[in-house]
Amino acid sequence: MTTLHELAERLIAKGEGPREPTREPVNTTMIRHWTQAMGDRNPRYQGLDAVAPPAMLQVWTMDRESPSRGPLDDMLDALTAAGYTGVVATNCEHTYARYLTPGEELTYATRMTELTGPKRTALGEGYFLTWLTTWYAKDEPVGEMTFRLLKFRPREESSPTGKRKPYPLKPAVNRDTAFFWEGASSGELRIQTCGDCGELRHPPGPICPSCRSTERSYVRAAGVGEIYSYVVHHNPPVPGHDTPFVVAVVEIPEGVRIVGNVVDCEPSQVGIGMRVKVTYRRMDDELILPMWAPLES
Amino acid sequence: MSTAVAGIGATEFSKDSGRSELRLAAEAVLSALTDAGLTPSDVDGLVTFTQDANDEIALARELGIGELTFFSRVPYGGGAACGTVAHAAMAVATGAASVVVCYRAFNERSGRRFGQPNPHLGGDPSSLGLEMSWHVPYGLMTPASWVAMFARRYMHAYGATSEDFGRVAVAMRRHAATNPAAWFYRRPITLADHQSSKWIVEPLHLLDCCQESDGAVALVVTSAERARDLPAPPAVITAAAQGSGPDQMMMTSYYRDDMTGLPEMNTVGRRLWEISGLRPSDIQAAILYDHFTPFVLTQLEELGFCAPGEAKDFIADGGIELDGHLPVNPHGGQLGEAYIHGMNGITEAVRQLRGTAANQLPGPANILVTAGTGVPTSGLILSRA
Repeated sequence: MTTLHELAERLIAKGEGPREPTREPVNTTMIRHWTQAMGDRNPRYQGLDAVAPPAMLQVWTMDRESPSRGPLDDMLDALTAAGYTGVVATNCEHTYARYLTPGEELTYATRMTELTGPKRTALGEGYFLTWLTTWYAKDEPVGEMTFRLLKFRPREESSPTGKRKPYPLKPAVNRDTAFFWEGASSGELRIQTCGDCGELRHPPGPICPSCRSTERSYVRAAGVGEIYSYVVHHNPPVPGHDTPFVVAVVEIPEGVRIVGNVVDCEPSQVGIGMRVKVTYRRMDDELILPMWAPLES
Repeated sequence: MSTAVAGIGATEFSKDSGRSELRLAAEAVLSALTDAGLTPSDVDGLVTFTQDANDEIALARELGIGELTFFSRVPYGGGAACGTVAHAAMAVATGAASVVVCYRAFNERSGRRFGQPNPHLGGDPSSLGLEMSWHVPYGLMTPASWVAMFARRYMHAYGATSEDFGRVAVAMRRHAATNPAAWFYRRPITLADHQSSKWIVEPLHLLDCCQESDGAVALVVTSAERARDLPAPPAVITAAAQGSGPDQMMMTSYYRDDMTGLPEMNTVGRRLWEISGLRPSDIQAAILYDHFTPFVLTQLEELGFCAPGEAKDFIADGGIELDGHLPVNPHGGQLGEAYIHGMNGITEAVRQLRGTAANQLPGPANILVTAGTGVPTSGLILSRA
């Protein structure tokens, strides 16, 4: 079986990959958008004889539909397969040979340069992967970028016992509320109903406030809802959560409200009226919490 | 029987008192008794918050009070503040005791800080622990975050902005700036300071949140008749009320039809008007509980000083300033003076009625005081004798 370092050596030895073309030449429209977004009023980047800000280097080649698989993809896949599923960028350095001017057609190519590890980091054990991308105008190198990222094995999965670290914010559960948490564990959002008058109720309790019946049952909610109110928590730090994080009051069509985190989107995207769907998150070996994610994603 | 506040006392307000909470309590009670012209042996009743760490009997031992014939505790955090006076007044009116001291003492800044997350809030299968368990697992576990959830909905419903909340903080700090007892004495802020202060829990900035304090406050309650013979001018307890609303929770009543109001404060307000026979226009100043700015707006609405959604205009027009329609917290409130769980606001009302306040208003006759918001709460109307 090939080790990660053997694979790395092979991929590094391959050297620079094929030159990839870019869709558009260096152009004044993008320069104007970029300088306005950055608030950069340097006159060198304006007018008929404008040059491109050097820091835009990556802008000319950024493309969501990556043209072809490169050596990096093989390395990243191998690291993921080995359990290093987390990823975080750690370094990015640019070197510029000269200014670029509108109309220039660029190509770029990437070579892998280094794999180090395994290293112990605050995030967990991981490997640092480094590559070098060079931009060319015809055959003239005009700029370079050294990029490094850490592929790491998230902490919870690496404990010696194979158990996750206990989540610090456990709910209290008693015989009136156990059905809800059991439902969450099996991927159901259970809302209490009165066994006599049928009224729905959340949070649940032992007696129906409408008819005083102690007969209780529950319905399985469809799992969609709308944000009724929400907060973005910044300070102070809260155990078990990275800040900022979002908590919302969600109104569900069954007719009750429920509180939960909003995940899988940026806090700035959250708003009152936003439609969300339930998603279940495992917090530790015992607890699964129902949370909410944007419906349109 | 008519009752009155006959004496007030407090320690200094600080960030690190350097002494035990029991000692703070004892100092404040002695100071209030001295103010009332009474001694510990005159006391036969004590009332405090369920959250207070100093038992009535411990305090009685320290001060050599001797026998007690009445002691009670008022629950629900800062919602207890005016409730202690309500309990004391009832005890005096029914004859259960003749001189009752209300007290609250803590090292809330140098000791256990209420604003910090407590992972055990949801861990206990008591009714409160179960209630908290619908929120704490999601990290919704600080007072600022609980209030922020209401504030966001309020902004959505009425078009209020962060600046509308900020104007409350600016007014409180302006009042505190000329109150030598205030922690923020001579330290006013601008609206720009408010807007640039860091996020605590959006939509609340740091300067929407009251400070944390060490200190103690005590009040002596006795019959109005006896108070008239004591050296300090009495503040008559015209009305005292407690209240909780339908579907009430501790800080997280998110499951009611509406999230823009404080029904429990509405209950307290209605009782105060019924008992006193007064109306909002009969009130010359209000001490409104200001642990977080948004609920000052809500209280103005629930108590009938303006219509729902209009508090932002009331405040923007200078309504809560010292020369406004309804001066609010002339001492600077908990945002400006100190956070003693609402008890320092009651002493400010007494000073205003006596004419001895740092920022003295022109001869107020009736002052309304409220206690903690977002929780079952309480209120008072105190009047000049």
